[in-house]
Amino acid sequence: MKPETRKKIDELFRHYPERRGALLPAIYLVQEEFGYVGPEAARELAEIFEIAPVAVWEVLTFYNMFYTEPQGRHHVYVCTNLPCSLRGARPLIRCLEERLGVHAGETTADGRITLGHEECLGSCGTAPVMRVDGVYHENLDLERALAIVDQLD
Amino acid sequence: MQTEPYTKLYLSEHYGNEAFRTLAGYEAAGGFQGLRAALARDPEEVTELVKSSGLRGRGGAGFNAGLKWSFMPKGDERMKVLVCNGDESEPGSFKDRMIMQQGPFQILEGLLIAAWATGARRSYIYIRGEYQYPIQCVRKAVAEMYDKGYLGRDVFGEPGFEHDIVVHSGAGAYICGEETGLLESLEGKKGQPRKKPPFPAQHGAFGLPTTVNNIETFAHVPYILSRGVEWFRGFGTEKSPGTTLFGVSGHVERPGLFELPLGTPLREVIAKAGGVRNNRALKAVIPGGMSMPVLTPSDLDVPMAEEFLSERGTHLGTGGVMVMDDTTCMARVACVISYFFRDESCGQCTQCREGTGWIHKLCERIEAGRGRPRDLELLESVPALMEGHTICAFADAAAWPIKGLLRHFRSDFECHISEGSCPFPESFEL
Ligand SMILES: Cc1cc2nc3c(=O)[nH]c(=O)nc-3n(C[C@H](O)[C@H](O)[C@H](O)COP(=O)(O)O)c2cc1C
Ligand code: SF4
Ligand code: FES
Repeated sequence: MKPETRKKIDELFRHYPERRGALLPAIYLVQEEFGYVGPEAARELAEIFEIAPVAVWEVLTFYNMFYTEPQGRHHVYVCTNLPCSLRGARPLIRCLEERLGVHAGETTADGRITLGHEECLGSCGTAPVMRVDGVYHENLDLERALAIVDQLD
Repeated sequence: MQTEPYTKLYLSEHYGNEAFRTLAGYEAAGGFQGLRAALARDPEEVTELVKSSGLRGRGGAGFNAGLKWSFMPKGDERMKVLVCNGDESEPGSFKDRMIMQQGPFQILEGLLIAAWATGARRSYIYIRGEYQYPIQCVRKAVAEMYDKGYLGRDVFGEPGFEHDIVVHSGAGAYICGEETGLLESLEGKKGQPRKKPPFPAQHGAFGLPTTVNNIETFAHVPYILSRGVEWFRGFGTEKSPGTTLFGVSGHVERPGLFELPLGTPLREVIAKAGGVRNNRALKAVIPGGMSMPVLTPSDLDVPMAEEFLSERGTHLGTGGVMVMDDTTCMARVACVISYFFRDESCGQCTQCREGTGWIHKLCERIEAGRGRPRDLELLESVPALMEGHTICAFADAAAWPIKGLLRHFRSDFECHISEGSCPFPESFEL
């Protein structure tokens, strides 16, 4: 990892009575740099935190928002929990699957987009909703969802 | 997200006003009067006051907040910690997000009052990772407090009152909303709930004495101090004082957030949301987030407060009200619900890990018209095996809604089995 990333991790430690408390924020920093956290980066983190590499791996694989494999350039996640489903989320995600030629959980062959479904995003009052590269798009209809996805490079 | 609830009382009075999201604007609107009133009293007195206000936790379990604060050990040399639970992942809940975005200083003031009352030296605000924007809003508010000298040492000019606030992002796991799962996660581990006892007040974050409260719980606290217990009890019911932000979703004309007194009849909550959409008839309501058993149209007059909902076999939970009209297939609803719980079980307890899997499999089979007559009995027996035998309440949360659906809508399931297909052609799609 870059020295800047390492430096930022060191700055995190003072916020926690035990070093390990900084692990999740540190993983976010590494993921920001590489787009995912592979075995190599996980080993580096293990060294910094003075824990076994498997302990880092366990954490990486427990949380939905950490990736151990390379991802598409863009992340498109559609909420399919009950309030969103009641307001049309399932046809919407099927429509995106068709447009992108992938199933939810897969990445387009050109590496452009990873499509996925997600559990409730806390946006049920403005359902259906999708999260694109971390940004919420709410009150969606098919047309707008397609337009948003089409303009991703 | 809405920028303000469709109906407002004290908590959301200033929501939608850009200035209220800044420190200067918050102070101009009367911010920190609650904290100043607290600092003029002894810490024990503040705890007693909050206790007598009857403020119940807004994170789901409805425990008396002041009573919880009083469990923090006294005369203990260890650093004490507050944790503000901003994990909000109970499906159907979206109120904490509004508070973080529109009233971040209410949360911080509530934390400082709790810090004064309990002697806590540090707060962690744990916010679910998907809430990137709310995290930014709360971080910005904390930074403004430090810039103004309102955090750190001698907080609000009170010599020796030290407090720091750290905003910590989760990373996508429902179970981290459960308070001990959250604590594990905060410690940099998998978010698997702990066996209790010991309770967090004795052995919480990093082994330190800890109090965990929900975002909304903290946000109500300043008003109790600044306006008084009597005033606060002027809202809500005897056993559930104050207001809450009801989140209404699903088949209504105007879904969204509504600040209303606890105890407002369910009928009125739905009416505020414009009623059932397209003039359809109501079929079912989940009253408090997806873990809570379903109600039927015959329950519409129930006051929305825990003491009344529990009489009907359900709970207020987070106040997330999901409305379903008469097109809705309940076997489909069961599929969506059971998928969620299967997916989010942390896997530590066999009953929970296996039970959530079985339930989902049975629901899918029945919904698809491949169910066997025996499946319904099986579906009834599995939840009974899961309840009350696990490390955390997740297994109950997974069992309750299925039991509720079978109790009130058994015929929906029976139809699928006998006909081999879904009798609700207009139902939402799976
Ligand atoms: C499975 C499960 C999930 C939970 N999720 C949340 C949550 O997302 N947010 C929350 O504040 N409380 C959640 N809780 C409740 C917490 O364990 C805890 O009771 C609460 O944060 C305490 O705060 P309160 O007393 O102010 O409500 C959850 C509980 C369980 C069993
Ligand atoms: S009940 Fe379920 S979620 Fe809770 S600790 Fe056990 S396995 Fe994990
Ligand atoms: S169900 Fe989609 S945001 Fe809540």
